[in-house]
Amino acid sequence: MAARADGASAPFLPRIARVRSRRRETHDTWSLALDAAGMAGEPGQFNMLYAFGIGEIPVSVSSDAAATGPLVHTIRAVGAVSEALAALRPGAALGLRGPFGTTWPLAEAAGGDLVIVAGGLGLAPLRGAIRRALAERGRYGRIAVLYGTRSPADILYRSEVERWRRLDVEVAVTVDHADQRWHGNVGVVTKLIGRAGFAAAHATAFVCGPEIMMRFTASALEAAGIAPARIHLSLERNMKCAVGQCGRCQFGGSLICRDGAVMRYDRVRPLLTIREL
Amino acid sequence: MRTRSLDHLICEHPFFAGLAREYCELIGGCARNIRIDRGGYLFREGEPADQFFVIRHGHVVLEIVAPGKGPLRFLTLGPGDIAGVAWLVPPYRWVFDAQAVELTRALAIDAGCLRDKAEQNHDFGYELMKRFMTLLVQRLHAAQLQMLDVYGSPR
Repeated sequence: MAARADGASAPFLPRIARVRSRRRETHDTWSLALDAAGMAGEPGQFNMLYAFGIGEIPVSVSSDAAATGPLVHTIRAVGAVSEALAALRPGAALGLRGPFGTTWPLAEAAGGDLVIVAGGLGLAPLRGAIRRALAERGRYGRIAVLYGTRSPADILYRSEVERWRRLDVEVAVTVDHADQRWHGNVGVVTKLIGRAGFAAAHATAFVCGPEIMMRFTASALEAAGIAPARIHLSLERNMKCAVGQCGRCQFGGSLICRDGAVMRYDRVRPLLTIREL
Repeated sequence: MRTRSLDHLICEHPFFAGLAREYCELIGGCARNIRIDRGGYLFREGEPADQFFVIRHGHVVLEIVAPGKGPLRFLTLGPGDIAGVAWLVPPYRWVFDAQAVELTRALAIDAGCLRDKAEQNHDFGYELMKRFMTLLVQRLHAAQLQMLDVYGSPR
């Protein structure tokens, strides 16, 4: 039997995936839908994407493996590898290792309210979880999706975010600054927490965004009454091997690639303010 | 239908939650109900900051005009929020515009009236300042986060 080149049995051997379609999300961010048979990833996990001859980077899964449709990765073009990946056209090949890492604890959140807070590109790792929660709407109480980003032009998955707004889902978007054409919220994402309707005692929160934003958001969620053990953050460090061997993504006693990226706030809170980490 | 008195509306507003009834009455004595249609301004840059606004319904956006760019919006305020802090310190002039982005109902509080009452009753004044200090620190932290541009490109 041929060895499977997935995260479990051959973690260092990339498999070939092909770009099915490419979609521009913002001025510097693209989503690639991949034909990658047998390779998927649960919401919260990541794959190592390899631009041949250039390099490899970790990219979160932005699709829901439980739904039909391709594997989707959303990539911000900010460096040599991400620029090469984001520039791939339909039919182009790339290497893929994974999926790796922990998942958003959707099953654990069932039965209570679900508060999802995203900042900037942090909406990408949460997109699959939001899609899964909406597909299984009856499993949760109230669902609030709170999204903060830089400006109206930087809103990720704009048409999809607009579709998420429905009678039984609260979706609020805020931007750091805007001109008069924008009639939505302006201000920090933590401001949306106080306005969102959720029963904190039985709520679970998923948070993803720049780490500064996550620190303030987790603190605000705790102040709103959500237990730190029910607040989950997706952390990011410089991941290389993705299987807990190289130690590049060490975070205290944990390795983000193996023990994260999704981690409980009560477990990581003491580490978040240690600047050497 | 029974009309709620202004001091009741003050006491029920989240910003004044837990405030003693007598203090709500003091503030209510300086208050009046207002409504601003969409597009109307609560205050404009450079004008005297002689009142502040306790928002009850609707939304207001704070903005500042930059030459060649038009108004830049940086904060949306809604029910439960306070619009206007420039009345607290001299020279008592607004440094931003506050525009209603939808029909907005608020209590307008006469700043001179309230400052006089705070001077006469320092316990009341201290209670008021504690609430405004909390608001100012929250706004400062939020402004610092916005200024850091944490969502911007990392390169």
